[in-house]
Amino acid sequence: MVIEGFVALYIFMLAAFTGYEVIARVPVILHTPLMSGSNFVHGIVLVGAMVALGQAESPAEQVIGFIAVFLAAGNAVGGYVSTERMLEMFKSKDEGGKG
Amino acid sequence: MNTIVQLSYFAAAVLFILGLKSMSSPKTARRGIIWAGAGMVLATLITFVHPSITHSEGPVVTNYVLIIVAIAISGFLAWWSGKRVPMTDMPQMVALYNGMGGGAAAAIAAVELLKAQSTLTASVAARAAELAQAKDLTVDQARMLVESQGTIGAALGTDAAILGIIGALIGTVAFSGSLIAWAKLDGRFNRNSVLPMQQIVNIAVFAATILFAVLTFFTDSLGTVIVFFALALVAGAFMAIPIGGADMPVVISLFNALTGLAVGFEGFVLGNPAMIIAGTVVGAAGSLLTQLMAKAMNRPLTNVLFSGFGTGAAAESEGPEGEMKEIQAEDAGIMMAYASQVVIVPGYGMAVAQAQHKIWEMVELLQDKGVTVKFAIHPVAGRMPGHMNVLLAEAGVPYDMIYDMEDINAEFANTDVALVIGANDVVNPAAEDDPGSPIYGMPILKVREAHNVIVIKRGKGRGFSGVENHLFFAENTRMLFNDGQKAAAALVQVVKQF
Repeated sequence: MVIEGFVALYIFMLAAFTGYEVIARVPVILHTPLMSGSNFVHGIVLVGAMVALGQAESPAEQVIGFIAVFLAAGNAVGGYVSTERMLEMFKSKDEGGKG
Repeated sequence: MNTIVQLSYFAAAVLFILGLKSMSSPKTARRGIIWAGAGMVLATLITFVHPSITHSEGPVVTNYVLIIVAIAISGFLAWWSGKRVPMTDMPQMVALYNGMGGGAAAAIAAVELLKAQSTLTASVAARAAELAQAKDLTVDQARMLVESQGTIGAALGTDAAILGIIGALIGTVAFSGSLIAWAKLDGRFNRNSVLPMQQIVNIAVFAATILFAVLTFFTDSLGTVIVFFALALVAGAFMAIPIGGADMPVVISLFNALTGLAVGFEGFVLGNPAMIIAGTVVGAAGSLLTQLMAKAMNRPLTNVLFSGFGTGAAAESEGPEGEMKEIQAEDAGIMMAYASQVVIVPGYGMAVAQAQHKIWEMVELLQDKGVTVKFAIHPVAGRMPGHMNVLLAEAGVPYDMIYDMEDINAEFANTDVALVIGANDVVNPAAEDDPGSPIYGMPILKVREAHNVIVIKRGKGRGFSGVENHLFFAENTRMLFNDGQKAAAALVQVVKQF
């Protein structure tokens, strides 16, 4: 899929506003889980790393592509596990919250 | 096939945004991460049939094996480490996983630059031979002519090359910077400079990095690209090295935002809308979070990054007068048992000592005696925003006992006992009184207004920022020197008796 210059600019703009709105009214209590959660979401870089390694042609590209997939998978899986663990502690104690 | 892939990416992007939205309320937070997780699994699985891979001219089968091996090894390690790390060490794990994401974005850029560069070298030889014949030049002359026209920028396409190189720069900086942040939080690395005149060196390294980023666009040489990445690695590390512990939450948040941006930019290079959207959303959300935190400390972001917190400025401010007055757990416990309101101010020291469970046990005993107990959390207490909230939640403290700085500061004047456990800079009156102090201007918890202050502290040393704390020498302050957990356990015993 080819994304031309100005369309990309609009996507950037709209996504940036979305990110801003999503965070704007978050209670302090969720700052760490949310940072951890957004840390997990940019683990989507895994998809790009897979494509980069998948179309690698030379050994050098394969090595760097392998590193990319390795790092990205760590980001995605580690980000999920740590966020899940943090949010686990919030369950069944959410009556009378300040959020 | 391509339509199904693109639809799946679209669905993943929607799930990410809904997931993050749900995560911003305690009630729906767990649902949020599960949605985002589902989006990630969907996007990852569908990428195995991505047309760019299936139609690749490279060794596709080998590449598939490499992809699966990399995901399996790294996924297992991350899952295992994420499951077994204690809750108190979460900040450095987030820094580590974040650094990996930045590194991945940079590595993607490296592959794309390498590809662009290799098409250049491949075609240069052919084009040079052609030109040599047509124009009757020697092969060397023709080669020079061709090379002067072919650059990486041209081979990748101008906008993709620019965004790709910026993404590479940001991703690499986030990678090495996050690793330094991880090492510092994990106690493996504590120096605030590695070279004399670190700040000036940093500016020089940044300037050189940006110069080589520009050169990378206009070059066809592999050497330039390698120098660019090496400089960016050094720049990220140098950026994080001078930053002191008190500013770490801001910095981790900043690197998180940077990684998001890098991912978004590389998404553009690869034409992958899921990466563009998820990366940009995280970039924007992370930037806002970073600003909120910097604002809470009343320090502009540039100040956090370039002032070298606690690296010598402390010497200029006057030392406090008087002596610290010690108290035993006995007396401290009695004081709280007969108080009508107690406010507890936790800090990173509580996290290190794992004292949150004992503290909660003590609080429950105090509540049984009719004492009103509140927790006061400074926005940058601990090593991440909300770090203390997570630890208290882990120990079972309900939300409605936990107060933010703005809500609790007016209450200290009506508080009988303020119990400070493992917090230092966030209660230091020097932030209000002493213009020479490096933390001057940072809003603090007004603990000194309480009738009595008890500070649980391991020793007489300074805080993480290296600034002497005047509160510890104040008339109404008593010091309880002990490890946080032992002190809390002793207090529990005392309170039980009364």
